[in-house]
Amino acid sequence: MRIEKAVLAVITTNKAKIDGGAPIFLCDTSEEMENVAKNLEAILDGISHALSNEMQIIVKH
Amino acid sequence: MTEYTYPIIFGVIVGTLSRILMLRTDYRQYPTYLHGRVIHISLGFIAAALGTVAVPAIMEKEFTAVTFLTIAASQFREVRNMERNTLTELDAFEMVPRGKTYIEGIAVAFEGRNYLVILTSFMGTLAYLVFNIWIAVIVVILCFIIIKKLMSGSNLKEIVHIEHCPIHFEGAGLYVDDIYIMNIGLPERQQEILKYGMGFVLTPKNFDIRTTIANFGQRQAILHDVSVSLGVFHDSGTPALVPLIKRDLDTGRIGVFVLPQDRDIDKAITTIGAVPVLENAIRKPSESKASKKEGTPHANRESSSGRYHNEQSKD
Repeated sequence: MRIEKAVLAVITTNKAKIDGGAPIFLCDTSEEMENVAKNLEAILDGISHALSNEMQIIVKH
Repeated sequence: MTEYTYPIIFGVIVGTLSRILMLRTDYRQYPTYLHGRVIHISLGFIAAALGTVAVPAIMEKEFTAVTFLTIAASQFREVRNMERNTLTELDAFEMVPRGKTYIEGIAVAFEGRNYLVILTSFMGTLAYLVFNIWIAVIVVILCFIIIKKLMSGSNLKEIVHIEHCPIHFEGAGLYVDDIYIMNIGLPERQQEILKYGMGFVLTPKNFDIRTTIANFGQRQAILHDVSVSLGVFHDSGTPALVPLIKRDLDTGRIGVFVLPQDRDIDKAITTIGAVPVLENAIRKPSESKASKKEGTPHANRESSSGRYHNEQSKD
């Protein structure tokens, strides 16, 4: 089976909201979060989507 | 030299000419130079010869000779396969792929054009033998006009209204007019998209067209043609900068989001308008018996059929 979409990474500044599954990247500030998300987007060839102000996910489409 | 020599030469020449007439290299860059053309002109020549010699064969009461036209038919089906395979292979390397529906449309066109060549040669030679060369020339000119008409399908501008709508963000959501396109998380990427992106809304002119433009193949064809004609601000490794088309479920309108390098609105509208309506995408729900019997407004019909479908799927 070919997986069409997958969450490759979760970048967050609020650890309490996330657990398990995909690799989680904890950040202190939203600037740091954006920076990590930008790098991961380029590295993983996925798209960075914002779920809230304190959480971004990288999705492979 | 027999009485058939000149009619046969005439038929082969007009047949090959008609193939050349139908062979156009346009913005879609197909067929490309020399080799692609040689293949199609050669096949056109063969088709012309087949169409031509069928006439003397019938006149000599060699009716079985006509059966070789079936060989021609299978040969040209091969042409269709050849085109399909080549284009499918190449499609994987396109930045914005053509899509299977578009490829199938091109393949069908190539097969169909060979049959039109057979028709032209057949009619030309028949007219030459039964009447004279002048009548034959008139018949061939008529055939050319018919071919011109047959080979030109409709364009998108004939079935939809195209308008430019600026793109905007609501939070992380990218919108064209009020049609949601996708979620873009990075502010930097959002700035890029606002700078380079363009949005268009295609409103169908009638009920049948809603289904046609909703077809994924047709949508992909629009994106491909726009990207080829106006360039595309996209590369491997930047999947967020991919052109997309999404549908407004309420009205059947589609929102086109593209990132062209040439951001000329008029040019973009002309390009979208010139996208061919793919034969395989055309749907005519209004032709169905159910539609004719009911006679209710289209909107009601759509919702009731949707409900029926849902109930079915629950079972």
